Formats: sequence, structure tokens, C-alpha cells
Amino acid sequence: MLTCKDFLNELGEFMDGTLDQELREKLQKHVSECPNCWVVLDTSQRTIKIYKGLEPQTIPPDIHARLMAAVSKKIEASKKA
Amino acid sequence: MTSVPPADLFDETALVERARAGDAAAFTELVEKYERKIYRLAKHITQNDEDAEDVLQETFLKAFSHLDTFAGQSKFYTWIVRIAVNEALMKLRKRKSDRTVSLDEPQDTGEETVTREIAVWDEDPEQKYSQEELRDILDSAVNSLKPSFRTVFVLRDIEELSTEETAEALGISVPAVKSRLLRARLQLREKLTRFFRRKGDDVFAYM
Repeated sequence: MLTCKDFLNELGEFMDGTLDQELREKLQKHVSECPNCWVVLDTSQRTIKIYKGLEPQTIPPDIHARLMAAVSKKIEASKKA
Repeated sequence: MTSVPPADLFDETALVERARAGDAAAFTELVEKYERKIYRLAKHITQNDEDAEDVLQETFLKAFSHLDTFAGQSKFYTWIVRIAVNEALMKLRKRKSDRTVSLDEPQDTGEETVTREIAVWDEDPEQKYSQEELRDILDSAVNSLKPSFRTVFVLRDIEELSTEETAEALGISVPAVKSRLLRARLQLREKLTRFFRRKGDDVFAYM
């Protein structure tokens, strides 16, 4: 029988879908019978989903401008070299 | 697990080839394509605006200088991420010259995962906050992780590199990536639970 601790240890790979079928099924059975582990799984998956859904913010215009200036300068210098 | 769809990747190969052949416009296009992601990554790791800007510039300048060494076996994005991670970690080490930023910490015993709080989340917890509030909550949660966990989480779950790519970028083993990622995810889950849990439910200890 799998314990909650076993479940937690495998949670990362369980969520990433990289476990073999046998272990996966055992964990699936455990989580369907254990409300605590179900909550941990559900909220962990939602945590990842929230972060993955985040679009990077636009770069402040002055930072973008300085970057492009530095890149242009570098390109120009390489042409002369 | 790729963050760039195949069609895009195909276009990009041509773009990188042009940049390697000395086409300035092609390189500029690559910079504009990835600057936001590199800046975000740099900010997450360095946690400092000034350092993040330095990292951003250094990353693309170094990429330009070393384009001839880019073998084309990995994706261009993975390649510049590796440059950016190195630059960012150097900044971090310079700023905090203590050992707490080492990525080669002793193996964790997993003790921290023994006790945790459990509470069901709201159906749609993100709806309770404005975009800006939500960003603040998510950013400060990530920033509160220790650097060795934070960098792994940022690369795997925000920038969506594979486990292998993350291990390569950080110079650590695949099992180390997996164990740090799990710890980071569990710690974040716990931090977010304070904001997102369903009101009226008791929080109870687990294990």
C-alpha cells in the first residue's frame, strides 16, 4: 500500500507524466482515496498552471532602447573589425 | 516539452543562419523576439532591476559574439537562456558573496515536506484579484524561494525548459532538478494557499 509520503515523493514526476504505468496507477488509486493528497495534487497542478499562463510583461521602453543601442553598437563594431 | 512550436522553430533556424552569416536585421529580430523572456528570467534570478538590465544586455552581446559557436543542435532560445542564467548567477553571487547562493547545496533530506497545511482552493481564485495584484502575489511567492529552488522553478515552470535543458543550463544533475522542482512547487503551493484558499474551510495539518 502506498502512503501519503510515497505519494508526495513521486508527486513531481506524477504531475509531469514521466512515471511508468504501474506506479502511476498506484498513485492514481491513492489520490482517489485520500482527500489530503487530492488537495495537494489539485493545488500543485493549479500553481503550475497559473505560472505557466503568465505572459512576460513588456520591457520598460528605456531598457529596450538601451538594449537595442548596445546591440547596434556591437554589430557596427564587428563590421569594422 | 518545447515552448516553440515546430513551424516557428523552422523559421527560426533560417533566422539564426542569417544572423550567423552577419545579417544584422536577423539578429535584431531574434533580440526582439526573446528580450522580454530574458529580462523576466534575469529579474527572477537576480531580483534586482539594475542587475537584470545588465544581464539582458550581456546575454545578447555575448550571444552575438559567440554566434559562430552556436552549434544549432539545441534551440537558439535554450542557448541564450544558458548564457543569461550564467550571467544572472554571477550577478547574484557578486551581490551576496555568502554561500547561500551556491547551487551546489547538500542534498535535501526532504524533512520540510513532512508537515504542510492543507486547504481547498476557490474555484477561480485568480478572479478575486486584479492582474496587477495577481502578478505581485505570484512574483513575491517566487522571490521568497531560495535561489537554488527559484532558478529551477523559473526555468522549468515559467520558461518551460525541459528537465534535461534545465540541468544543463544550471550545471546540476537531472535528479537534482527533479527534487528541487518538487520542493519549489510545494512551497509555492503553500504560499499561494494563503491567498487562494476557500473561505470558511479550516486549514489542517497534513502528515
